[in-house]
Amino acid sequence: MTAAPDAFGDAIVAARLCAIDPAGLGGLLLRGDGEARDEVIAAFREALPATAPWRRIPASVDAEQLLGGLDLGATLARGELVRSAGLLASADRGAVIVPMAERMPEGMAASIASLLDTGTPARIAVVLLDDGIASDERPPEGLAERLAFHLDLTGTRPTGSATPPAPDEGSALSFDEVLAALIGTAAALGIGSARAPLFALRAARAAATLAGRSTLDRADVILAARLVLAPRATQAPPADAPAPADDPALNEDGDSGETERRDVDPLAEIVLAATRAALPQDVLARIAEGGGRRQATSRSRGAGERRRSMQRGRPLGARSGKPHGGARLSLIDTLRAAAPWQRLRRVVGDDPRRVRIRRDDLRIRRFEIRAEATTIFAVDASGSSALARLAEAKGAVELLLADAYVKRAQVALIAFRGTTAELLLPATRSLARARRALAELPGGGGTPLAAGLDAARHAAEAARARGRTPFIVMLTDGRANVASDGSTVRAAAERDALAAARAIRAAGFAAAFIDISARPRADGAALAADMGARYLALPRADAAAMHAAVKAAQPRTAGR
Amino acid sequence: MRLSFPFSAIVGQDEMKRALLIAAVDARIGGVMVFGDRGTGKSTAVRALAALLPPILVAAGCRYHCEPGATACPAPELHQRGKATMPVPFVDLPLGATEDRVVGALDLERALGRGEKAFEPGLLARAHRGFLYIDEVNLLEDHIVDLLLDVAASGENVVEREGLSVRHAARFVLVGSGNPEEGELRPQLLDRFGLSVEVRTPQDLAQRVEILKRCDAFERDPEGFTAAWRSAERRTLKRIAAGRAALPAMVVPDAVLTLASRLCMAVGADGLRGELTLMRSARALAALDGATEVSADHLATVAPMALRHRLRRNPLDETGSTVRIERAVGELLAA
Repeated sequence: MTAAPDAFGDAIVAARLCAIDPAGLGGLLLRGDGEARDEVIAAFREALPATAPWRRIPASVDAEQLLGGLDLGATLARGELVRSAGLLASADRGAVIVPMAERMPEGMAASIASLLDTGTPARIAVVLLDDGIASDERPPEGLAERLAFHLDLTGTRPTGSATPPAPDEGSALSFDEVLAALIGTAAALGIGSARAPLFALRAARAAATLAGRSTLDRADVILAARLVLAPRATQAPPADAPAPADDPALNEDGDSGETERRDVDPLAEIVLAATRAALPQDVLARIAEGGGRRQATSRSRGAGERRRSMQRGRPLGARSGKPHGGARLSLIDTLRAAAPWQRLRRVVGDDPRRVRIRRDDLRIRRFEIRAEATTIFAVDASGSSALARLAEAKGAVELLLADAYVKRAQVALIAFRGTTAELLLPATRSLARARRALAELPGGGGTPLAAGLDAARHAAEAARARGRTPFIVMLTDGRANVASDGSTVRAAAERDALAAARAIRAAGFAAAFIDISARPRADGAALAADMGARYLALPRADAAAMHAAVKAAQPRTAGR
Repeated sequence: MRLSFPFSAIVGQDEMKRALLIAAVDARIGGVMVFGDRGTGKSTAVRALAALLPPILVAAGCRYHCEPGATACPAPELHQRGKATMPVPFVDLPLGATEDRVVGALDLERALGRGEKAFEPGLLARAHRGFLYIDEVNLLEDHIVDLLLDVAASGENVVEREGLSVRHAARFVLVGSGNPEEGELRPQLLDRFGLSVEVRTPQDLAQRVEILKRCDAFERDPEGFTAAWRSAERRTLKRIAAGRAALPAMVVPDAVLTLASRLCMAVGADGLRGELTLMRSARALAALDGATEVSADHLATVAPMALRHRLRRNPLDETGSTVRIERAVGELLAA
């Protein structure tokens, strides 16, 4: 009944369904670059009525261009109020394409989401192009949630023939049957949002329309579940057969699982079976990671480095320039600049009350904002850091997390042991997740100090690339015995660790090096110096002392 | 303007609906914070409540939603003779909103077109006497949050910038929503919200089917659906109106007041704000229920929403606040 997962064919079908009910289905989220994506976009455009507006939102768009407002240029030229409609309003009954949606500012996402919710001033479909590579680079979830189809085209190629939904020999289904099947499937896949089954229902209707039918049949429901519900799965569906409740493996995944499974009707079973085949690989991987939920990339800020900004923050005064690309006009300064010239610029017969402003008079405002702080903990979980020490390190990290909670800073957690370092927790502000990651931190094995340092540096670089101020905290005994290549030659291990430490200093990251060995030796201090880090020997310190010491070592800009 | 989903037609989510109704009866309670997953009907419920409430009387032509006869308007010259009505304001504060848009700024049109210095009211003025809704309040910029707190607490927006000096009333019910998985809310902000509720996706299959049915029915025929729910909406409205009327005379027996104080001490809620909110919301609930005086049951019903965000807690302690409150309520009532 279901063909092998065919991402491209599915995407083409989704695009056609979306064109049937663009405002109802919200639009498409297309992840992955390339030819396949272009073809899906083309198919969507082709399926829309020829007169439907088609707008592309440039990355540099500002709120006024997007939502409409005063057309400053025309207003100044004509001396009377001229309004511009805004990109979104001009796309009424059409579609809006947003490239690089993973970098979309929250504010813009919120504006578009509210437009999708209310349908005023325009009813539009949105196509988000997600060029993100890392798993945490994703479009704002509040907006993605409001689009019916999430399609991952990474690595797919156009296959030429897109299979249209096959007409099913089955008879028309009753509305209640359809609802029960869609909701049963959504529940089995762990989808909480009420929007998902609603989108699926609309997609099923669109599929029936596409096939030229006025009633829904089984193929429509299966297609809708595969296209709308499968990509949103947060848990693996229960195994194939209508599992008897005494199967212990199935009862682990949730308290409600058992009752739900009993309720599932035969159609839901079929739909679920068809959907299971379409679950994308990364969903399965995420489920395997245990998270299920997409990890939230929090974008809020804590204290950090100061940076110039054109939009917000503490005022820094004005400078000449044109208000565009987010920079805003400073009116008083503009008028002040124009004031001395008024008499000179006045033409005979001109209204003396009119203010004459030229392009050169325009002043824009500048602001200073603080970058978010991200504290990166790299914790040595090797056997040589005795387990007791590790417990204390965990305690200190917990106390620092509590600090981060108050200051709204983000934390990331890296653990290194055996032969590798692992990013246990990407930068987050969620205490619950940080705490979970910490509790699960295992101990034992060698000390791959170089790998730990490198992982910390990579995390810091990633934080800096996102405009945050990283602060690295190493908790280790400094006794490297595993080299970068995994060999256990002590000399090589120490050489690699030294090189990794120097790389951190070269990158200019603020850092603290906490020596947690029972008898601190000089090589820990030397390594800290090479890293450009403040060195803290805490042989007997407990968690509270360690916390106080790290707090003191934090750079002032990150401490507020 | 699109019709909004009828408040009475929202399936389940009783605690959220109750909290919103309490806030509608007594605006002094100070706003509602809704924690929960996406797609659980948070924004639908808030929008629906604003649409349900009867229109308010305003001075005609006023840009600040002044009550007729109010004297403190910053632009009284715009007032026209007579009264006008308007729907209860509902303002959606977008995450990317700049300070200018929130507090108001120099009116560009008049400054450029006519060379006049005039104040353009911002979102705070537009929300006066209505609702200010912030989706994902935990992602809002710090300086906007500070500003909102200040205005919400004082009921007045004071603007001193760009050579403008304006002050106007800004009293609104602050409703925030957020998903704690995406970052915590600062405790200072959390404490300012009067009530906090947690919404979850209903786990009951029949309830989920009912939600989907109603959403679908509303979308296919908004007029018909709204009409079918009109009498239920009228009943809800009557309850609110009766509650507002009964509120001033509502008696809080000393025994209930003592119980409230003992409850706050038992759970370790910081500050007096918890007790005040607990008392006010119990009173509003009693008024909504048409009771003659506040009972211990009213108190027990509102205790979780009034206190759960105020408990002094170790941020790393995951023991649910709701559980702690319910346990304390149970112990006190049994004693």
